[in-house]
Amino acid sequence: MNRHKKQVGGWSLAIIVICVASLVPVLWIVFLSLKTPATATDGSFIPHQWTLSNYNDIFSTGIFTDALRNSIGIGLISTLLAVVIASSAAYAIARLDFPGKQLILLVALGVAMFPQISLVGPLYNLWRQIGLYDTWPGLIIPYMTFALPLSIYVLSAFFREIPWELEEAAQVDGATPFQAFRKVIVPLATPGIVTTFIIVFIICWNDFVFAISLTSTSAAQTVPAAISSFPGVSQFSVPYGDIAAAAVIVTIPVMLLVLIFQRRIVSGLTAGAVKG
Amino acid sequence: MAEIQFQDVTKRYPDGFEAVKQLNLDVPDGDLMILVGPSGCGKSTALRMVAGLEDISAGELKIGGQVVNEKAPKDRDIAMVFQNYALYPHMTVRENMGFALKLAKTPQQEIDQKVNEAAKILDLEQHLDRKPANLSGGQRQRVAMGRAIVRSPKVFLMDEPLSNLDAKLRVQMRTEISRIQQQLETTTIYVTHDQTEAMTLGDRIAVMRAGVLQQVGPPSELYGHPTNLFVAGFIGSPSMNFLAGEISGDNVHLPIGDVRIPDELRHRLESGLGGGRRGIVAGLRPEHFEDAALVPDRSNGTTFKTKIDVLESMGSEFYAYFVVASEEVSSTELAELAEDIGGADLPRATGGVQVTARLSAESRVHQGQEAELWFDARHLQLFDQESGRSLLAANGAQTSTQPAAAAISPSDTQPA
Repeated sequence: MNRHKKQVGGWSLAIIVICVASLVPVLWIVFLSLKTPATATDGSFIPHQWTLSNYNDIFSTGIFTDALRNSIGIGLISTLLAVVIASSAAYAIARLDFPGKQLILLVALGVAMFPQISLVGPLYNLWRQIGLYDTWPGLIIPYMTFALPLSIYVLSAFFREIPWELEEAAQVDGATPFQAFRKVIVPLATPGIVTTFIIVFIICWNDFVFAISLTSTSAAQTVPAAISSFPGVSQFSVPYGDIAAAAVIVTIPVMLLVLIFQRRIVSGLTAGAVKG
Repeated sequence: MAEIQFQDVTKRYPDGFEAVKQLNLDVPDGDLMILVGPSGCGKSTALRMVAGLEDISAGELKIGGQVVNEKAPKDRDIAMVFQNYALYPHMTVRENMGFALKLAKTPQQEIDQKVNEAAKILDLEQHLDRKPANLSGGQRQRVAMGRAIVRSPKVFLMDEPLSNLDAKLRVQMRTEISRIQQQLETTTIYVTHDQTEAMTLGDRIAVMRAGVLQQVGPPSELYGHPTNLFVAGFIGSPSMNFLAGEISGDNVHLPIGDVRIPDELRHRLESGLGGGRRGIVAGLRPEHFEDAALVPDRSNGTTFKTKIDVLESMGSEFYAYFVVASEEVSSTELAELAEDIGGADLPRATGGVQVTARLSAESRVHQGQEAELWFDARHLQLFDQESGRSLLAANGAQTSTQPAAAAISPSDTQPA
């Protein structure tokens, strides 16, 4: 019994340490957002003076709301495009065996893994020349480079889980391949499609590198980029409070989404790993 | 009319492997034709070619007189019951059964009427609004059949529909399928690897092996007049015993004794044996043995003494296992049969061949003791040692080399 208690004690300690280590930064930001600008840099974890003025501040100018609008719009469009295009690609990859299939997958993976930072220089020049700088398409197109491959991988894993016989049965029942896809496969793959949507949206939402390089004004600047360039009281002061408040606003919805759908997301990431 | 004709149908895969080799088979309208054979013999491939789910590499497939090689599954007016049912998990039973009709844009009223009718035939009425995940195996199987029936197609195709059910349920469903098929009079092709199912269900059975049709005919013909070793060993359970033997003149020398070839067999024996001795493989079915003490008239067979190694009592009969001193009969057919039932690695009986005999329940033999048994030589099967072909040609029976256009031969019991 003693050993059992020791084990429980040891595990509890480990869990507490991990929780604290993970949550402290988040709490820090939350507390930072509730500090007055004067006390922002006084080094205390829990604020001495509490205020909601930072939250008021960020919504007083149009910068943050515009950035939110851009983020939501660009994120949604990129994700929708990626998921729709990727479903037909993923279906083909899951079902058919065509020459070059492995090559296509490898290329897709390679493109997604390519370091984004090395792309921004040339992309900046190119976008300025053809007029895509600081526009929505200007961000959506680079987002496709990682949204599409990721969607293809997750969706093809889901499609592979669906038994081939169901489509054969649908064909024998009189469906064209497209009808079979629409009426039988898509309803069954809905969990996969939702999961893919969530994962891809979160990644587009959080992107910083492309956003900061390829946008400049509220026309297309997304939240991560906008937060980093919040104007302070003077040229030399950094508005920590405002930044923290904006971060809280932006992070909490995503955290809620993940909390609600976490089981789906994990099963989506591990789909196809073990035969169900 | 919905007769099906395979004419030299071949399935060749890109790597050259031929799953079905020049299949010639006729399935008359309204027949229940069974395709049976060990795993990998090409029966499922042949079925899927009829469905349109596999391309036909060569030859012609006709349904109702029309060549359908190039037609998509949906244009062939066929319905298929898959081995693992392939029910749509996100639809209720009613929607599953009505799916095909809905795709064909049938009016909703008609769909409802047909679905209800099929549900009544299959006793599914109280399950109509449930989803497949909530049904038992037998119920799912019936839904799969309902989905096929509802469309009133020209042809039913069934791919081992009973193999996922437990034994008792299988027997029950077997009679259901037979009843429904007779009621609806739809041409049916039924694939199975279980020879019991084949024998009990089929109007006619087609035995396949390694892509080649071995024999086609009614169950009684395959049982009584198998055209080669493979069919003889495949049909019948427990399976036929094979002993090496010799024919010389009017007699067959068997390890259990010499037998004079009965008149019925001699008529059918291939001419050209002439005089001299000839090595053969003799086939003896367990059912044609009997305890010699229970046989009043032993003239049509031979008696022999042997020690019974194992005696199994079934209640209705005994199965006696004993060893006969004989050289091992080895052939690729027998090896394949053994592999199919998973017995390839079983230890061989020492000193000969193990023989199974079925004895009447009144027999007084005992395990471990010597007994005198009798074999009815009128049911002896004789096969050529090298080719495995039967030496007893039944009048007009089909062999694997004859085209199945001989379906209208006199040996068939089909009414014209």
